Amino acid sequence: MALYSEKVMDHFTNPRNVGKIEDADGIGEVGNAKCGDIMKIYLKIENDVITDVKFNTFGCGSAIASSSMATEMIKGKPLSQALELTNKAVAEALDGLPAHKMHCSVLAEEAIRSAIKDYYDRRGIAYDKSQFPEPHGEEEHNFEED
Amino acid sequence: MKTIYADNAATTAMSDAAIRAMMPYLKEVYGNPSSLHTAGQTAKEALERARADIGGCLNADPREIYFTSGGSESDNQAIRSCAENGAVKGKKHIITTAFEHHAVLHTVKKLEKEGFEATYLGVGADGFVTAEQVKNAIRPDTALVTVMYANNEVGTIQPIREIGAVCRQAGVVFHTDAVQAVGHIPVDVKADNIDMLSLSAHKFHGPKGAGALYCRRGLPLKTFIEGGAQERGRRAGTENIGGICAMAEALKEACAGMKENTARLTALRDKIIDGLLKIPHSRLNGGRENRLPANVNMCFEGIEGEGLLLHLDARGICASSGSACTSGSLDPSHVLLALGLPHEIAHGSLRISLSEYNTEEDADAIIKAVPEVVKLLRDMSPVWDELEKGQRKHLIK
Ligand SMILES: Cc1ncc(COP(=O)(O)O)c(C=O)c1O
Ligand SMILES: [Zn+2]
Repeated sequence: MALYSEKVMDHFTNPRNVGKIEDADGIGEVGNAKCGDIMKIYLKIENDVITDVKFNTFGCGSAIASSSMATEMIKGKPLSQALELTNKAVAEALDGLPAHKMHCSVLAEEAIRSAIKDYYDRRGIAYDKSQFPEPHGEEEHNFEED
Repeated sequence: MKTIYADNAATTAMSDAAIRAMMPYLKEVYGNPSSLHTAGQTAKEALERARADIGGCLNADPREIYFTSGGSESDNQAIRSCAENGAVKGKKHIITTAFEHHAVLHTVKKLEKEGFEATYLGVGADGFVTAEQVKNAIRPDTALVTVMYANNEVGTIQPIREIGAVCRQAGVVFHTDAVQAVGHIPVDVKADNIDMLSLSAHKFHGPKGAGALYCRRGLPLKTFIEGGAQERGRRAGTENIGGICAMAEALKEACAGMKENTARLTALRDKIIDGLLKIPHSRLNGGRENRLPANVNMCFEGIEGEGLLLHLDARGICASSGSACTSGSLDPSHVLLALGLPHEIAHGSLRISLSEYNTEEDADAIIKAVPEVVKLLRDMSPVWDELEKGQRKHLIK
């Protein structure tokens, strides 16, 4: 289908890092089934570096491809760097997403952020709260209405 | 890889006979039917033959058939015309159903903004309205009842004849969007008590961009495209003569083969439904009785429809879904929601719509591919994970 770039189709058809980590150090879940996209990300963290990452996603081609690409982009990276990942960077790495599909890449960024926050919370590590705004979830979808 | 086209409710391939019927009007008989010369009059004769053929297929008089650009235009003209005619008599109430095609729903919604009142009848869990519901909704100021003949997503065939009878008795104009019905199931405007009917050629192996509006004689029809005197002044514009002749040919062919096609397609449809219902936590959307012979619409819990379509496409299977992400809007299909399905379930829908060009092998390939793809998507779905662990309640048994 020409709706998506070859890169998107590659990550959709052969998603990287699918699965779960039973003894994850941080887990993040955003979106909800009602609005059609849920992303759940599992992190393994050692010395502030993401040593492993897995995801489970319920959602469209764009959501699955964004999850796959985003996990590739943060694997082996320090948390500080993972926190800087934006949905725009994910979309660019996928050679672009159709405009009405951009919200699906937002979920990837938010899921990673939420998993890192979970890790900090579990370890009692202090952090700057402003770095973790509430995931947009459902309201975020409003902007795509024409 | 062979392509298995199973999205015939969206559009169909043109039949060879329809293409043959179109060709002469592209090159040899290119005259304008409004012209006086022989070239024009030859085209005019073909146009009128097509009108008679289409009227014949519907048990309508040729003078009751108006050519349009398709289903959407026919729906718009029928509804607006009735609304305007009603308003003159102080009748500003319209009755329709919650699961009409957007060509109807958006027209009615717009009329609401212009001061009309609308009643959207519920369609029940199986996707049917009843004549009783229509009867109870009719008011002294009802200008129009518009109920689709068969639903484009779930394929349920409405009790049109009974609804028509109720409208006749109450003296209310009855329009039906028969775009999914004409050429697929018997439609008889007289026996079915229909005042106005929309049809579209590309749903029965005719060309895209050709359609017709049936308007019972004696019923005033307003003009919305002003210009020349084509279509007896009801719809201006030089006729799409090739498209119209191809439409007439396709419809004749569809009606001639209907009995045989219905028997074969119903068997294929049921084979697919039974095959796919073996997938755990799946359901058929819309009742099985009074269903279009070629329509399968199912939901699979724990997955989203677009992923399903992309994976099927990669396996050469063209289908459609009512998920939000495929429609490009926030909500999943209004049809599935009208059937009372929760959003979570409606996102995971799959529509397979067959045509007589599909084979037993196509059905087998679909029955093999869909369970594989559903499993693949469920294996990466956090929703399915929670359902399996009992952290989330199954909504489909
Ligand atoms: C029930 C119904 N009504 C109207 C239409 C619109 O028809 P057309 O595409 O010819 O405008 C369609 C097809 O998309 C349909 O399925
Ligand atoms: Zn999406």
